[in-house]
Amino acid sequence: MKEIILIKNGELALKGLNRATFEDVLIKNIRKRIKPLGEFEYRKEQSTVSVVPMSDGIDMDEVSFRVGRVFGIARYSRALQVPKDMDEIKANAPKYLENQLRFAKTFKVEAKRSDKKFPLTSPEISAEVGGAILSEFPNLKVDVRNPEIIVTIEIREKFAFIRGNQLVGAGGLPTGTSGKATVLISGGIDSPVAAYMMAKRGLTLNAVHFASPPYTSPQSEDKVHRLLKQVAAYSGSITLFTVGFTEIQEAIRDNCPEDMFTLIMRRFMMRIASAIAEKEDSKALITGESLGQVASQTLPAIACTDAVASMPVFRPLIGNDKTEIIDVSRKIETFDISIEPFEDCCTVFTPKHPKTKPTLKMLEEAEKNLDIDALISRALQNTKVTVVRF
Amino acid sequence: MNAYLDNSATTKPCEQAVKKAAEIASDCYGNPSSLHFLGYEAKKELENARTAVADFISVKSNEIYFTSGGTTSNMTAILGTAAAKKREGKKIITSRIEHPSVIKNFELLGEQGFSPVFLESDRNGKVSLDDLYNAIDENTIFVSLMAVNNEVGSVQNFDKVKQVIKSKNSNALYHCDAVQAFGKINLNPEKLGIDLMSMSAHKIHGLKGAGALYVSKNVRIRPAIVGGGQENGLVSGTESMPSLCAFGEAVKNIGSVEKNLEKVKNLRDRFLNKISDIDYIFVNSPVDALPYILNISVKGVPSQVMLNALSSEGICVSAGSACSKGHRSGVLSSMKIEPARIDSAIRISLSKNTNDNEMDLLFDAIVKTANRIRR
Repeated sequence: MKEIILIKNGELALKGLNRATFEDVLIKNIRKRIKPLGEFEYRKEQSTVSVVPMSDGIDMDEVSFRVGRVFGIARYSRALQVPKDMDEIKANAPKYLENQLRFAKTFKVEAKRSDKKFPLTSPEISAEVGGAILSEFPNLKVDVRNPEIIVTIEIREKFAFIRGNQLVGAGGLPTGTSGKATVLISGGIDSPVAAYMMAKRGLTLNAVHFASPPYTSPQSEDKVHRLLKQVAAYSGSITLFTVGFTEIQEAIRDNCPEDMFTLIMRRFMMRIASAIAEKEDSKALITGESLGQVASQTLPAIACTDAVASMPVFRPLIGNDKTEIIDVSRKIETFDISIEPFEDCCTVFTPKHPKTKPTLKMLEEAEKNLDIDALISRALQNTKVTVVRF
Repeated sequence: MNAYLDNSATTKPCEQAVKKAAEIASDCYGNPSSLHFLGYEAKKELENARTAVADFISVKSNEIYFTSGGTTSNMTAILGTAAAKKREGKKIITSRIEHPSVIKNFELLGEQGFSPVFLESDRNGKVSLDDLYNAIDENTIFVSLMAVNNEVGSVQNFDKVKQVIKSKNSNALYHCDAVQAFGKINLNPEKLGIDLMSMSAHKIHGLKGAGALYVSKNVRIRPAIVGGGQENGLVSGTESMPSLCAFGEAVKNIGSVEKNLEKVKNLRDRFLNKISDIDYIFVNSPVDALPYILNISVKGVPSQVMLNALSSEGICVSAGSACSKGHRSGVLSSMKIEPARIDSAIRISLSKNTNDNEMDLLFDAIVKTANRIRR
């Protein structure tokens, strides 16, 4: 007897003619994620994909955990595969679902027969299995209207399947079905959340991080790596470009007016991220900006940074409060890492009174003493590439 | 070449200590409380280590209680004394420049109905005896003051605290956190009037996970950690044999306290001479500080930036105290040093094994970093 995973597609079913492609991508993503855990077979039937373990000793708890973080899955269940025999079904259902049933108050059994030759009808199956469960768990009562636990018995061609309540999947669209984008990641709370949210819409991710040693420490680079690892649990592997940013920051400090430091820096980040994205065939940038959160995220400031990006800039958090962002960061388990106290390059050379209403003209004037192209090309040469795996 | 100049955070264990720990871990694995021969052998090794520590500070070995380190020693002393003397009074006195393991336990006792008093330090990083005198009253049961401050190296008046207590006709006990002084200054707690004294192994080339608390035979305190009754009931928990036996070896290998001190003083003075001409470097340690610890500020270079820059050149120092990262130093604030200097303070801490090359490397790297970063 073995346990399998049944996946009901979320938005996939709505995608009309693209559905087959989307399903294939989803299976490919699941496969990548759980391949290290053993051998599996994948079956497509109607709107359900089954993941069937083919080797022994596979940790199904881990498989379930990983499947729960694959985008494109609205709900899924774990099911026990048993022989098509009522005695087997009645013996195994209470045992297999013990953890769910032990502390519940109400339940019902639903039966589905795709094999119409099975000797019992659906209501008969439900009644017999319900009786077996009741005799095992005196704490339970049957409630057909609003049960805590729905036990489903499916009689299919070769086997019968027992399953309990469905689990909530990660939702969204399968990674890769929307193309590729590049996230600017700092080490704070917002950018990993932004990365997660856009990956949820089906984007494959690249990431760009700006490091300014000795103003920033190796620990802050390690922190970014650990943050992306959490995001990669949902999005799959992320290629991280760590750009040596010290020379640019020092050049800004030495040649530009102080109240513009942060904005000029942000513009350099946009230019460099655009250049990396273009080379990597990535079609958009992602930032964690939230309107008005800090001086560089006011509307005029965003307009000035946007002006130097060579592609669309996605800002999924633009309308979110900090508390809403923190809620998501706790959910994806990046919050505790984000609040570790290492300096990142955004906190170096912070002006005392930053400009909140800059204009493009003011910025172009402020940047006139910089050899922008040369600085960018040296920064690009001074870039490390690593792959962050889930 | 590297320079390890963070010896107040921890030291490199000496060979003898590492060897002893390995021997004990692999061969002498009995539980010292067991009654069979392996237990007995372990017990003998443990008592040898205890005797080594006791001899070093000229006390009896039954006055030495092993702990898992400085924090546990401080906690045992503070919570144990408070519990034992709570009927005699509620006032307990310490200072703002103590290690967090002292301050936090005083705050904890404050929540439990005791009245903690936190004395400030003067501009030299010393707690004044006058302040102490004024703070002690008939309700005072306990004074906890360190011997040497961990961030600036200021040497406290630990030899006069008991006199001050006595001059107020108080029965208050005196606990001395000697973690940064032990092995670097000769300390005889009995002569100094210290009732309880905390020590740690890894600050004197032993291993982490071992410490000791001296408790005078005239003093009874209550255990803070109860259980199997190890360490005469004061510190329960199976003894960390490899670390504790290595502690004994480390103590035996300290060598001459006076000679070590002279050597370290020369290293420090040479470094002080070199920085004396540089107008942006300020010395935060007082002139009479223990030479093992030197706290300086390189104005215009934030501590963390200096630390990163030095670290990338193989040089280890710390920003303030390693135990309170992210917070502005309480000691330097208590010394009324201006915030800009506090934010650029680094602690250089030496050991008896530090050499001139390491100090030269440090000096060159500091100047190089300052030239690049200062504006």
